[in-house]
Amino acid sequence: MTIQFNDETFRDDFTFRNSPEAIKRFPFPFHEDSYMYSVNLEPHVALKRPGSPFEFAFDVDEHYVSEMADRAKVLADDPLRCQSLPHMTLAGWDLVEYIMEAKARDYPDLFELHKDGDRWRWINKPLGIDDTFTFLDESTLPYGPMEYITRQTQGDFALLDQRDDNLWMDAGMVTTQADWSLDFDIGMNFFEWHAPVPKAHEMGIFVRALKFLLNLQQGAPVRRLNWTMTVNPLLDTSPENYHKWGEMKSKLTMDNIGEKQHLRVELQTLFRLPRSNAICFPIRCYLCSFNDLVSVPKWGRRLHRVIRDLPEELAEYKGFIANRPLMIEWLSQYDDGAPTSDGIFPDE
Amino acid sequence: MSAGTAKLNVTVAEVKPINELVTRFKFVRTGGGDLPTFSGGAHTVVEMEDGGQTRLNPYSLMSDPADRGAYMVSVRRDDEGRGGSLFMHNNVKEGMEMVISNPVNLFSLDLRAKKHLMLAGGIGITPFIAQMHQLSHTNGLFDLHYSVRTASLGSYAEELQAQYPNRVHVYHDDQDERINLEELLDTQPLGTHIYVCGPKGMIDWVHKTAEELGWPREAVHSEEFLAPASGQPFEVKLAQSNKVIQVGEHQSLLEALEANDVDAPYLCRGGACGQCETTVIECDGKLVHYDHWLTDEQREAGKLIMPCVSRFEGKTLVLDQ
Repeated sequence: MTIQFNDETFRDDFTFRNSPEAIKRFPFPFHEDSYMYSVNLEPHVALKRPGSPFEFAFDVDEHYVSEMADRAKVLADDPLRCQSLPHMTLAGWDLVEYIMEAKARDYPDLFELHKDGDRWRWINKPLGIDDTFTFLDESTLPYGPMEYITRQTQGDFALLDQRDDNLWMDAGMVTTQADWSLDFDIGMNFFEWHAPVPKAHEMGIFVRALKFLLNLQQGAPVRRLNWTMTVNPLLDTSPENYHKWGEMKSKLTMDNIGEKQHLRVELQTLFRLPRSNAICFPIRCYLCSFNDLVSVPKWGRRLHRVIRDLPEELAEYKGFIANRPLMIEWLSQYDDGAPTSDGIFPDE
Repeated sequence: MSAGTAKLNVTVAEVKPINELVTRFKFVRTGGGDLPTFSGGAHTVVEMEDGGQTRLNPYSLMSDPADRGAYMVSVRRDDEGRGGSLFMHNNVKEGMEMVISNPVNLFSLDLRAKKHLMLAGGIGITPFIAQMHQLSHTNGLFDLHYSVRTASLGSYAEELQAQYPNRVHVYHDDQDERINLEELLDTQPLGTHIYVCGPKGMIDWVHKTAEELGWPREAVHSEEFLAPASGQPFEVKLAQSNKVIQVGEHQSLLEALEANDVDAPYLCRGGACGQCETTVIECDGKLVHYDHWLTDEQREAGKLIMPCVSRFEGKTLVLDQ
């Protein structure tokens, strides 16, 4: 196989590591030296940048196998991380079809899909899966369609039903989230689940974003990057488990911050699902330690400037206001004041 | 989404007259291969090169959404119209290559419904044919009530009655048969959703009757595509692109923008979806709104126009385009 998969953990002993290649392809989210919300949606088309996380519809990287093992553990402890209201089953099949066709096309050495009418054979070599099932017949799969395919796909998934000129979070697989809960949000509409976000409402961002998404066209997916901060490479920073990870935020020092503090980036994409007319909203989490980030000089300079100048309420909302002075002090060592180039990618 | 995105190259595989007014067109992917799946109720925008003019008309997809081999649409000939349907009837032949948009659904089923009650008038039958295909794959419960002028003009009525016995009810105007709407709505099970597609009068009648009987607004769905109205030619100044353009008598404002190489957004081209909403910077005259999108307050404020169907009468119009 072309990708060497890591054997690593996102809990307890935290053996998660990014290889030098993974650092270079990390989706650094800041295209300039400051950050504010915007409706920063762009077409999710393949970038002519081989190896970038934007190359394919669904990115598979060195963390794939270990991330799927972590998801299985989260689900074993808390089955409510995966829920689908009854009318969303067709959207689940849409997702099965979309992901299987995309992965078989983009990673032919890792995944195969063979169709004989409605009888489909799906081969997932990294996870050792070879299943034959009947498309649109739930009884032929070991789980519901959405759960089946998202146990094999990195990133959280929200399936949004479209009706009454709004979007409704009526199904999802959410085990790698930045402090939000599917069990709490399920059944909510677009404005309800965004209610906690500061500032964006006054800026009219959600009204504009919803209008854009209601007209999202089949065959024309879009993407955006979002970000926050996570101490230790935890995938599961859920409110349900805050008692386990919240206290880790108080253990940072000048000596360990480079290793423990991670920039958490979400590659969020939006696809129109053809059979159900629902919208699929994958939220793919990438983690990178401060040590690894500052190994790219442009990113070290820029991260220092962004964190230093970020509005208070955003640092508060993203949950790192207490550690911000320490972050700025540590990052300032890597900012010599030199200008930075436009865009998110490292300088060649 | 604007021109140039998410298009499909297709070849006309069949042109089949259904009756004296309606002709059915079958499209397959040019060069072979599957077409995208879609959901019942979706339409596609068909591009027509008619002389020097590009026409873009939306037509509901009526084929089985699960059939990726071909799409089918039915076009009713409108002799009084601006020419799109006449082009389809007179110029489109088997073997011709055309460009259509990816499917867009502005009339989708509410899959929470316990039952789907469909009310069709005339050519408004087409989206329901795809929806009935979709529901029969998943054992969904539906009834169709279909109003036609005469038996010979009732496109697909007999086939549908044969395919879905007891679920399809046809009413002939010339035999004074009418849908008894009040009784029909009163006898539906809880959790039923109503869908109506047909002439404007029928759509208004269904919305009004359902509201009077206490149906929730969210349970009544309708789709009506407007053809852009003709009117007096007018001139428009475009602030962003710094152009002055002329809108012809039988041309829509959106078509005039496109003819002048302005990449204006659109989806339905029928005044329904809101995608082409454009800000009015200056208006010395009267905006003539034909869309279903803007609210009465927005129309009164006079700051927005929907270029796909609406027009202008007066001296100066400046748009943020």
